[in-house]
Amino acid sequence: QFGAEFRRFSLDRYKPGKFEDFYKLILHIHHIANLEVMIGYADVHGDLLPINNDDNFFKAVSSAHPLLRVFIQRQDEVDYSNFGTNTLSRKKKALVTLRNDNLRRRPHINISMPHDFRPVSSIIDVDILPETHRRVRLYRHGCEKPLGFYIRDGTSVRVTPHGLEKVPGIFISRMVPGGLAESTGLLAVNDEVLEVNGIEVAGKTLDQVTDMMIANSHNLIITVKPANQRNNIIRSSRMSGSSGQSTDSTASHHSLPTSHVLQNFHLDEMESDEEADIVIEGGLEPQHIPKLHSLTSSSLSRINGSSLSHRLQRDLVLNNNSGRESNGNIHKLLSSLKTDPRHSLVIPRGGIEEDGTVITL
Amino acid sequence: MRRFLRPGHDPVRERLKRDLFQFNKTVEHGFPHQPSALGYSPFLRLMAIGTRSGAIKLYGAPGVEFMGLHEENNTVMQIHFIPDQCQLVTLLDDNSLHLWSLKQHGGASELQEEHRFTLKGPPGSPPSATQVTAVLPHSSREVLYLGTESGNIFVVELPSFRVLEDRTITPEAVLQRIPEDNCNRRSCELVEALREHPKNPDQILIGYSRGLIVLWDLQNNKATHHFLGSQQLENLYWQRDGSKFISCHYDGSYTQWPVSSDNRQPEPLENTVPYGPFPCKAISKIYWQTTKNGLPYIIFQGGMPRASYGDRHSISVIHGSQQTAFDFTSRVIDFFIIFSSDPAAEFDDPSALVVLAEEELVVIDLKSAGWPAVHPPYLASLHCSAITCSHHVSNIPLKLWERIISAGSKQNIHYSSMPWPIDGGTNIAPDPPQRDLLLTGHEDGTVRFWDASGVCLHLLYKLSTVRVFLTDADPNDNMNTLGEDEWPPLRKVGTFDPYSDDPRLGIQKIYLCKYSGYLAVAGTAGQVLVMELNDEDAEHVVDHAEADLLQDQEGYRWKGHEKLKTRDGPVQFEAGFQPFVLVQCQPPAVVTSLALHSEWKLVAFGTSHGFGLFDHQQKRLVFVKCTLHPSDQLALEGPLSRVKSLKKSLRQSFRRIRRSRVSSRKRRGGGGNASEVQEANAKFDQDALQEMELAPVQRKIEARSAEDSFTGFVRTLYFADTFLRDSSRHCPSLWAGTNGGTVYAFCLRVPPAERRMDEPVRAEQAKEIQLMHRAPVVGILVLDGRSTPLPEPLEVAHDLSKSPDMQGSHQLLVVSEEQFKVFTLPKVSSKLKLKLTALEGCRVRKVTVANFGSCKTDDYSENDLAVLTNLGDIQIISLPFLKLQIRYPCIRKEDVSGIASCVFTKYGQGFYLISPSEFERFSLSTKWLVEPRCIVDMPELTSNNHVHNRSGTENAARKS
Repeated sequence: QFGAEFRRFSLDRYKPGKFEDFYKLILHIHHIANLEVMIGYADVHGDLLPINNDDNFFKAVSSAHPLLRVFIQRQDEVDYSNFGTNTLSRKKKALVTLRNDNLRRRPHINISMPHDFRPVSSIIDVDILPETHRRVRLYRHGCEKPLGFYIRDGTSVRVTPHGLEKVPGIFISRMVPGGLAESTGLLAVNDEVLEVNGIEVAGKTLDQVTDMMIANSHNLIITVKPANQRNNIIRSSRMSGSSGQSTDSTASHHSLPTSHVLQNFHLDEMESDEEADIVIEGGLEPQHIPKLHSLTSSSLSRINGSSLSHRLQRDLVLNNNSGRESNGNIHKLLSSLKTDPRHSLVIPRGGIEEDGTVITL
Repeated sequence: MRRFLRPGHDPVRERLKRDLFQFNKTVEHGFPHQPSALGYSPFLRLMAIGTRSGAIKLYGAPGVEFMGLHEENNTVMQIHFIPDQCQLVTLLDDNSLHLWSLKQHGGASELQEEHRFTLKGPPGSPPSATQVTAVLPHSSREVLYLGTESGNIFVVELPSFRVLEDRTITPEAVLQRIPEDNCNRRSCELVEALREHPKNPDQILIGYSRGLIVLWDLQNNKATHHFLGSQQLENLYWQRDGSKFISCHYDGSYTQWPVSSDNRQPEPLENTVPYGPFPCKAISKIYWQTTKNGLPYIIFQGGMPRASYGDRHSISVIHGSQQTAFDFTSRVIDFFIIFSSDPAAEFDDPSALVVLAEEELVVIDLKSAGWPAVHPPYLASLHCSAITCSHHVSNIPLKLWERIISAGSKQNIHYSSMPWPIDGGTNIAPDPPQRDLLLTGHEDGTVRFWDASGVCLHLLYKLSTVRVFLTDADPNDNMNTLGEDEWPPLRKVGTFDPYSDDPRLGIQKIYLCKYSGYLAVAGTAGQVLVMELNDEDAEHVVDHAEADLLQDQEGYRWKGHEKLKTRDGPVQFEAGFQPFVLVQCQPPAVVTSLALHSEWKLVAFGTSHGFGLFDHQQKRLVFVKCTLHPSDQLALEGPLSRVKSLKKSLRQSFRRIRRSRVSSRKRRGGGGNASEVQEANAKFDQDALQEMELAPVQRKIEARSAEDSFTGFVRTLYFADTFLRDSSRHCPSLWAGTNGGTVYAFCLRVPPAERRMDEPVRAEQAKEIQLMHRAPVVGILVLDGRSTPLPEPLEVAHDLSKSPDMQGSHQLLVVSEEQFKVFTLPKVSSKLKLKLTALEGCRVRKVTVANFGSCKTDDYSENDLAVLTNLGDIQIISLPFLKLQIRYPCIRKEDVSGIASCVFTKYGQGFYLISPSEFERFSLSTKWLVEPRCIVDMPELTSNNHVHNRSGTENAARKS
């Protein structure tokens, strides 16, 4: 149904408005209000990037020169792999030809929604660890799957200056079938746990280690000595490990090339765990911007969101995380954005209820 | 922010830290757990108590305390002071003897172990040959006589513990001049008692278990008299002049024997079974005290009719026609009599009976009519009903202090006015710098107010909440009713009463405002009482309100205990704290947090279902908030939280029972011995694990999710006047933190004082913060513009604190079990954090702001957080930068109830329970240190040697 079809319309560059409005606008212009579509744009480098929230929408508008080329695709035809830096080379040619078009349908180009891919684990620091050890990172950002493993006390044999010595250690005792740990294939029963997020386990009790793991569960990095040493990465084939790592690092942030889009996605901050707390304001005055990255990350798995409106709702779900639902939530979320100087959007207030003291069921 | 903080070691700060922080365990308050032996020195006027864990504690005048610990951690069986010396000998259950001395060191006396000794028999002899059963320190102070199971009496030189073998008194020597029919080897088995002749140090009385009693002449090494008792012997006691002695027996009888030079084998003068004629239990110890009027006091332990009163723990006093059997609620360990120790005095003239029971110390005044009990200034039985919570208030204003004391003195009228009779030593510790109160809540619905300013934890006042409610129990204490014509003449004494009639009465949270005298207490069945101090008895109606914390939640059914029934109509209250408002939470779950704001006249309370705010001025419920998670089906359908808390309380009571039974020998983890044992155990456990291949102890690694039930549990409530909505206007606010890591903030509108009764208090939810790590919130605190914690209500009004800085920006500190986080206000954004669990695997159990003063300069002090973790470590964390300052191991991590009971004071001290009956006091501050400092002088051997420490007695009188 989606043939190539081009439309041209104008937007206020400095007051681009909300993504949702933009989305509605596009649907309206194209008379496809009942379809779920994926919107993308081409940035200065010709990369095809998605527009699915206020931030990248804003980025897209502000970086348009002079025209913003927007691509619209049906959701089910989206080829996710097309997003990202590699689109630069692959689609270069196509993009060049499209340069003057403002709007265009390209049904044969599949554009991905990155959140359908979610890294679950990675082997990291292969280059600095001894070959007998493995450092595994488990990503659990809000996914429904349990981490799913158990640990126990045990003894391991160490080489010390006094010869071989038995020392107490912590071991993986059991995997929950279908759990995250099992599904990675990187951890196994009887693997000895050496470190949790960079902190040595030696000298700590089982309960301490349990608490450390749970406290770090949002971004758990455990260093293990695998019970089965045959599958170890051999130095010469280090490539496989590091390539896995690099895939992960891009994938972990929705496959979005961080250098180009979404300035408020800070890789470092993300990695250093910062799960920001959710603050819901009860007053009428908007005061706080929830940190979107944490919100999105925590809700990624919840929604295999295919529609853009879902995307927004997803942000609501975040707030549901805090245990409350609110009919005023959308408004709050939106209105809160107003205080950010980068946004100069005037939000339509109508249609959204507000019940003063927020958010009780 | 972090960039500007100096990393690593800053020498200036390090030096300052040394001036500020120092960890000491200073004194143990309360009653020693599992006492096993008692000793008394009439010369020093000091009492010694030994315990099953090998501790020995000496007590004299209030404030005079010493403590020693036997390395072996074995039960102390006997304690004997060396006559006229600052020394004592202890016998442990491993048959070792230890000599302890009070030595002066640096101006104060210290208790030190000097020697230890275990009696060794000849090679090949059975262990019973040297098993010590009786110890007699001879008045010559040079030798100890040790009676053994074999019947031999060994003589040991002091202080070297050298056995003088040639002076051993063997059964063979004893039996030499005995009539044939009594002369068999078995009659000399087991020495039961050794008593030195009161006038002639060369004679000792030897009592053997089978009834034979011998008077032995030490000079000539031969028996001079034989007394052929027919009953199994329990104990002996000389009359003061040495002309008679008394023996007590297994069958509940006692016998008087004459000692004269003409009859070498006298018949008994008199044989009495005081509670006969039916079979009686043994009389295990007896005293015979002479008086001027000729009627002796005969005081003995036990002897009750076996069938009907065999289970009683009694001590009987007979004086002429007066006879009373003091009935104790716990087993009697030992007792002694305080009498004239002047050797020249003609009569004993006993003044007091001191009884050490398993759970309390009871002192009876024998001088006053009716033999009333004396109120002990120390050794209080903290656990007379199990302690369920505690609360500490520092620096009590004098006015409130006096009012509490006066309320308490009205409760103590049945006590004797006798000054404390055990008054040895002199307390030379400086007077406590301030008046501190420790409040303990108990299972029976009482709150006890303790003077915690100094070394002696002294009961000031006891408050009971029972009167407000209708229970099966009779609210009147029937402790001291005297059945006139009852036989035996039993009389209950002591306060230890571990049986609670209704566990719902238990006190769970206490909050006292020291400026206004408002007290809020909350209990197990969701009851919250607000009280006011009244100096007079009064009868009034308690206003009653109900707070439905579930509001409109459907499908919830409470399966726990019912709420307490209240009394209709006016209730009579005695002077003291009198309740005027009762709020009952519905469902009646345990109150888990409580806050009182005496200035705004508001009280906030929380349970596992939600929290509420009550205006106790207008007596109106302001609002309630349900914290149950809407998706938490478990909590909605079946009250899982309640089940859990019930389970917990069950577990707690089991633990309590176990703790009171099982010896806690290893409770002081410091000893090398104990840790070795632990290590060995750990090793053994692991080996066993490896070998058996059984399912080992394992822990599930699972992130907390919002779906967890039990998240609604309200852990902390906090009132603050701060910038909640915008940075220009501050307003009263209420903060609540839950087990699920949620913080709710409510903006309050409290009408001004002149319209306080006319306009309602309003509340409006202003914020809700969900901590991403979802750990339970254990503390909330607002720091003012100078990063100083906001003052307590009324503190500024009483000029005791600078008013908070309302110009600069306020900060919110949220302490969860896992992290410390500082947020800006009013816009809540994370500013700073310290992760504890993620780095160390420990969790925050208790947290308080404490003020630390420098020991070097008077003008420097700072506020820090004192934190107790689940590993029993104490950490001090700086404010507002959240830097770990110092860490001390304090409580063993296995000691769950110790960790749970810990309270910090505002000035860097703290208390925790080391047993159900004892608080350990510790100090983190270099400046505020309450520890015993006392001196015991060798009294002159003059005729009136108990005048030497009048000052100590006066001190005691002043304190009490």
